[in-house]
Amino acid sequence: MENGNGCCFSSVSSIATLSSVAVVVILILIRVLHVIYCSGRPLSKRASKPVSTLIILGSGGHTAEMLNLLAVLQKDRFNPRYYIAAATDNMSLQKAMMLENSLASESRIKVADTAQFMKIYRSREVGQSYITSVWTTLIATVHALWLMIKIRPEVILCNGPGTCIPLCVIAFIFKVLGIRWSSIFYVESIARVRRLSLSGLLLYKLWMADQLFVQWPQLQQQYPRATYVGRLM
Amino acid sequence: MGDEEGVDKSRRVVFVTVGTTSFDALVKAVDSENVKKELLVKGYTHLLIQMGRGSYVPTKSEGEGSLVVDYFTFSSSIADHLRSASLVISHAGSGSIFETLRLRKPLIVVVNEDLMDNHQSELADELANRKHLYCASPQTLHQTISDMDLNSLLPYTPGDATPVANHINRFLGFPDD
Repeated sequence: MENGNGCCFSSVSSIATLSSVAVVVILILIRVLHVIYCSGRPLSKRASKPVSTLIILGSGGHTAEMLNLLAVLQKDRFNPRYYIAAATDNMSLQKAMMLENSLASESRIKVADTAQFMKIYRSREVGQSYITSVWTTLIATVHALWLMIKIRPEVILCNGPGTCIPLCVIAFIFKVLGIRWSSIFYVESIARVRRLSLSGLLLYKLWMADQLFVQWPQLQQQYPRATYVGRLM
Repeated sequence: MGDEEGVDKSRRVVFVTVGTTSFDALVKAVDSENVKKELLVKGYTHLLIQMGRGSYVPTKSEGEGSLVVDYFTFSSSIADHLRSASLVISHAGSGSIFETLRLRKPLIVVVNEDLMDNHQSELADELANRKHLYCASPQTLHQTISDMDLNSLLPYTPGDATPVANHINRFLGFPDD
């Protein structure tokens, strides 16, 4: 060895660096496992005030099912409500606005006080090439991050569209980092009888949803950690 | 099932819907002589096709011994068309299916085999197994119409979102109502 002291120092510092990295990784892993463990259990405190709620809308049948669920949720508990739909989906936000308008006129409050409507860039359009999809997914993820930092919801309701994945992943990261604890409720579509959708499968396998609801008994048998709730429609 | 409630009994409309999709195979099948013949034999008088984004245009017909055929691309709500129909033939979209079942109309669901990930057939098959509707492909549609016994269909009891709401409320620590 030519420069004895230099070599010793660089090997010590690289061991130190490696050890610190290893420690940080292990700590993160422990924190992630702890978050997953806590997510699966009902919140320990009795709820005393309304929870801010993010509602992720998807095209067509998804929105119909979500509105069906919202109809039976007590609006004074899930408040304020933030609706997000994909940028290219025009119908869903309109339908949500109609629901909120009728609620507001019933109780004579301003819609703007309890509900907000936002659009999010799609990671990938149907049929889009995979190469351009990498770029659009990055943009969509940054946009999702921006929206989540603004909203930081306590509850997330979603039922299938791909738009929910970036938002739920970011919500999970916020949980791990202690930025905000969001309870994520995923209701698999009634159209899924024997297999979960891709979104459902991802959230299930990655243990990212606090509760994953399925509408057909066959799915509950296949995915034991899911909760069978019968049909919503 | 399929009570016509005051509608002119001599007018029995078959309403075909593809929703917001393009489903030329179904529109072609319904416009084929095979299927129109079977519908006539079963006593239907009118065929109304909502063809969506498809490119195949059916042939209009006035009647005179055959079905009266008409078509349109989209409408803001097909509820009225569903209500005045005696038989509905629909693509396998869950929205169309449940809207029709809620109205207690006889329904034949045709699955689009050209769609890539065909999870839609799961729902159609399950509901057919439970005898709430008939399932067919564009090729077998005329056979299904010929063999069908609408009286054997069971009404669909609409679902209820309350169990999910209760789960969510309890999980978050809200008191039960």
